Amino acid sequence: MNGGLIPYLSGFDWFNQTIKSTSAFLSFDTTSLLSFLIYAVFASLLVFLVLMPIGGLGTYAERKISADLQARIGPNRVGPYGILQFLADGIKMVLKEDIVPVGADRFVFYLAPLLAMVGVFMTVAVLPLSSGLTMVHLDIGVFYLLAVSSLVGIAVFLGGYAPNSKWSLLGGMRGASQIISYEIPVVISVLAIVLLSGGMSFDVLVGSQGGLPHRWFLFHNPFTFLAFFVYFVGALAEANRAPFDLPEAESELVSGYHTEYTGMRFAFFALAEYVEVFVLCAVAAALFLGGYNVPGELLKDHPLGQLLQLGAFFTKTLILYYVVIWVRWTLPRIRVDQLMTICWKYLTPIALFNLVGCALWMYCFDGKSIVSLLFESGVGAASGGH
Amino acid sequence: MSVYSIDVFMPVLILIALTVGVVLGGHFLSVFLAPKKSSKFQTTPYECGELPVGMAWSMFNVRFYVVGLIFIIFDVESVLMFPVVSVFKSFNDMGRGGLALIEVLIFMLILISGMAYCWRKGDLDWVKSYKRKQVE
Repeated sequence: MNGGLIPYLSGFDWFNQTIKSTSAFLSFDTTSLLSFLIYAVFASLLVFLVLMPIGGLGTYAERKISADLQARIGPNRVGPYGILQFLADGIKMVLKEDIVPVGADRFVFYLAPLLAMVGVFMTVAVLPLSSGLTMVHLDIGVFYLLAVSSLVGIAVFLGGYAPNSKWSLLGGMRGASQIISYEIPVVISVLAIVLLSGGMSFDVLVGSQGGLPHRWFLFHNPFTFLAFFVYFVGALAEANRAPFDLPEAESELVSGYHTEYTGMRFAFFALAEYVEVFVLCAVAAALFLGGYNVPGELLKDHPLGQLLQLGAFFTKTLILYYVVIWVRWTLPRIRVDQLMTICWKYLTPIALFNLVGCALWMYCFDGKSIVSLLFESGVGAASGGH
Repeated sequence: MSVYSIDVFMPVLILIALTVGVVLGGHFLSVFLAPKKSSKFQTTPYECGELPVGMAWSMFNVRFYVVGLIFIIFDVESVLMFPVVSVFKSFNDMGRGGLALIEVLIFMLILISGMAYCWRKGDLDWVKSYKRKQVE
């Protein structure tokens, strides 16, 4: 563990001074206490200033972009260009009655939105926002993220099962089978990247890439290029986004697994879904698009460099987020049998092929990227000339 | 390792506590602000305006369970792959990449043969039974 918030802060004198003076004042070692407070403040900032606005603005962006793509105006009443629409929606959600169907399994009904929120929000602990402002660099980074985000699948299934409604159950069953199926190609694509960088921590994964595109894992070799698209399609399906939004297909099932959810519970499901899209885009940016690396490692050891890294990370992630919305409003929904065919007969074999290809590439070319191989052979030829 | 080594999973626990707090806080707000006018018909499960017929918890298409079974196999195998691939690079740097590569390939071969079996048996098709009966 050589990254993360507290190790980053411990590189500064004022932090060590604060620990010393408070320890002297309270007459015990305050390192743990201070770390706890800093983590708590940082987690609250992340949740209230990053995730909730992203969930809210996600709904706004979705409606505005869909309006643009369909030559409509979209929300334009609340605030300038309708940008406060999500606040109005949120207030409306709070003011709606909380209905529990009569035959429902009440405990599971209450539990499902909570699980969805916890599963998504736990993932941000390891999201590599920048080299210093990541909450914690777990050694099992991406493995932890994949494991925790599969709680959402359980939440979708329980949310479909609990209210004893047929539409919900259909949506929940579809959702569960879709999410678990598409987890396989996603995990195997991630395995290919882990193989190339030699570690599961985001510190290693992002650190073995560079700022400019030729040092990204996307262009490392042909197999990773394919793996990115496999990952992205799988991520779309895991987040129940169109063209894979079968669990909540509004023209077949009324609203899928959250048919019976009203008010705040529905709001939590929606928030979890939008934040999950953000998290999956962030993972794609970190694994394939160089993450927070800034070209030329500008201001690397300066605190301002952290801001540049944040900018690079959010730019890449939000561009991918735009692509996700764009795809949703461009492609029609596919059928259930097509969904399973795409997953098991196309994406999974391609992902396995990519993994074997990456292992062979690692063995044959010693893990060098295709650009460096071409460049070095060019240098070799030039130096051999004289 | 720095002197500030505390339990690395503390931030995760803080995040869980915070999320549970947010969810409970949202419910708390809605308890105070939302109306409570539940009637008998409002709390019936939605079935396009009709009174619901029977329970929703009934028998279900077995395809979903087959998908679940295939998933379990693949999930366990991909979890077992994680430690192997994360040390593959250091094996390669030690000059023993060939050994690791062969082991990865053997493992993948088992995985792929399992998948080929499922494919051959038609368990990857969503509508399996009808086609088979027509052929026989």
